[in-house]
Amino acid sequence: MMELQVKGHTTYCYTGGKTFDAAKPTVVFIHGVLHDHSVWILQTRYLANHGWNVLAVDLPGHCRSAGEAPSSVEEAAAFVGALLDAAGVKRAALVGHSWGSLIALEAAANLNDRVSHLVLVGTAFPMKVSPQLLEASLNEPEKAMKMINVFSRSTLAAPPSALGPGTWVYGGSLALNRRVLASNKVVNVFHRGFKACDSYANGEAAISRISCPVLFLLGGQDQMTQPTAARGLITKATESGKKVQTVTLPVGHHQMGEAPDETLFAIRSFLAT
Amino acid sequence: MPGYSDPGFDTLALHAGAAPDPTTGARAVPIHLTTSFVFESSDHAAALFNLERAGHVYSRISNPTNAVLEQRVAALEGGIGAITTASGQAALHLCIATLMGAGSHIVASTALYGGSQNLLHYTMRRFGIDTTFVKPGDVDGWRAAVRPNTKLFFGETVGNPGLDVLDIPTISAIAHEAGVPLLVDSTLTSPWLMKPFEHGADLVYHSATKFLSGHGTVIGGVVVDAGSFDWARAHATSGKFAELATPYEGFHNMVFTEESTVGAFLLRARREGLRDFGACLSPHSSWLILQGIETLSLRMERHMHNTQKVVEFLATQPFVSRVGHPLLESHPSHALAQKLLPRGAGSVFSFDMKGNREQGKKFIETLKVFSHLANVGDCRSLVIHPATTTHFRMTDEALAAGGITQGTIRLSIGLEDADDLIDDLKRALKAAEKAGEKAGA
Repeated sequence: MMELQVKGHTTYCYTGGKTFDAAKPTVVFIHGVLHDHSVWILQTRYLANHGWNVLAVDLPGHCRSAGEAPSSVEEAAAFVGALLDAAGVKRAALVGHSWGSLIALEAAANLNDRVSHLVLVGTAFPMKVSPQLLEASLNEPEKAMKMINVFSRSTLAAPPSALGPGTWVYGGSLALNRRVLASNKVVNVFHRGFKACDSYANGEAAISRISCPVLFLLGGQDQMTQPTAARGLITKATESGKKVQTVTLPVGHHQMGEAPDETLFAIRSFLAT
Repeated sequence: MPGYSDPGFDTLALHAGAAPDPTTGARAVPIHLTTSFVFESSDHAAALFNLERAGHVYSRISNPTNAVLEQRVAALEGGIGAITTASGQAALHLCIATLMGAGSHIVASTALYGGSQNLLHYTMRRFGIDTTFVKPGDVDGWRAAVRPNTKLFFGETVGNPGLDVLDIPTISAIAHEAGVPLLVDSTLTSPWLMKPFEHGADLVYHSATKFLSGHGTVIGGVVVDAGSFDWARAHATSGKFAELATPYEGFHNMVFTEESTVGAFLLRARREGLRDFGACLSPHSSWLILQGIETLSLRMERHMHNTQKVVEFLATQPFVSRVGHPLLESHPSHALAQKLLPRGAGSVFSFDMKGNREQGKKFIETLKVFSHLANVGDCRSLVIHPATTTHFRMTDEALAAGGITQGTIRLSIGLEDADDLIDDLKRALKAAEKAGEKAGA
């Protein structure tokens, strides 16, 4: 792991069990709402052992990272740029899930040539959150966490996942949600993250500005960010001449947990281009 | 809103962890009787060993049939995952061995299964792990027993065989104040009667031999992690749990709390505990336990129905001096059971007969429907005399602390017709009473 000072705050990055090596290419992984670095464990650990530097970050104000939790996609994207500076990384691939996909998209637009590849996992634009869910995330977070876990899952029989065989991914995700929420005593990062998703308006402009190839990695049974909700971004990226790949896996919103190998293979193949 | 998208208990009991087999279309869970699994390539092999990819390598560490059982019990308990073990005792040992080494200390309830008593009082002491035993209801006693080297609180949902209900909300709060987790043996209640995680427990284990399998056919255990205890924070505060929060040379220098924010315990328990101690479950045994779990709610409902009938009968018998079930207002845990176990406090309980040891012997030998053996949680009704069998190593003082006398009889109420069970008990009580009259008792 690495602890970096980003904008004056300690930032935790999981490195896949390997030491950061400036000579290797770097991939930055950005988690979604109520998640942390650990949702990427299998994919990051593999890449870290196959020629890549991996920086799977805990966003500010989440779990092991200090600082103010970002209240907008733009604010979080600025943090990603500062993270690359702090790590001394000139160019990196960005991989984001859900809210993290919007952060990665906005950061890629801002950082332009500094981003080699962009992977948007479980993405949508606009990423609207229903008023009921927004309200519940603020006032009834336990109820809202159960709702998003039901919406995120496509199966009662997930394959061996991040903890290996015997993992109950629904329970694992709920426990992580609770832990992340409890990690910030000042701000409800659940509500703040959802509000940031809901209010982000720059998606189509951002995808037009990126200069790198983009992979859309979607869940065919995703009820949180339905695959159809990514069509606008895919169309805009294609129309503006970007190199676009789309992979749709037969899973829900948590592609990394429900289809860990297929998610890894899609990212690995794309990064090799 | 139970349904596929928000599954209820019965749906999970049938479906959690298992889908139709993608290769054969088999609807029931296949038994994967294989020691090992072919690697796709050298890279795949290396990635599995280094936890870069998830999958099965060797059945001591994991197996697809066992994984279904693990997911299913974790789902029913509301946990993040589980590990199956060779027995309930192996599950308890796995928890202890994962969390501590020599020089550590446990605070445990006095009301424990005799095998657990043996493990803590004798065997673990030989390995440098000390235990202080506290009466389950002695709240101040739990707090006072904490030492700087305490790593774990441990109790049973309902103590065997006195059915002292563990006040999990209170005891878990004391454990958490002390910066340690609460482990609960939930064997006698099963998740149908109580989910200890909902009340504050951090780890749960079962002797799956009992109600989970339910048919007296198989020995097995399972440990479930709630994912609620923050091992990293506890280590930062007290230095405890370095096993989970610092690099482990024995497994790629992995820091388990970094690999998984909520699943560090399960990672180490599988990667070290199953690997090195090796108390794994046979896939065939897993399958038998899964068969049992599919009807768990139906069976537990009938267990509770029959238990109520039998308890009510025994409570009216003049030759019975005490019936130790929280259904009765006279039981010290009655109020707590109403709160924590509204569906019932289990079907394993004890009662005391008047008369001497010989009359007790006559009682047991007269029973025809009840089987005299050392098990509980079978679909058949069972009976045993704890003082001479399951708890025979304990002193009178220790027996008394666990609510057991020389005249105590333990019953495990099965699924037979309640009237037949009552007739059987009636006949045996009469025979025991007559035996006393003949002897001039």
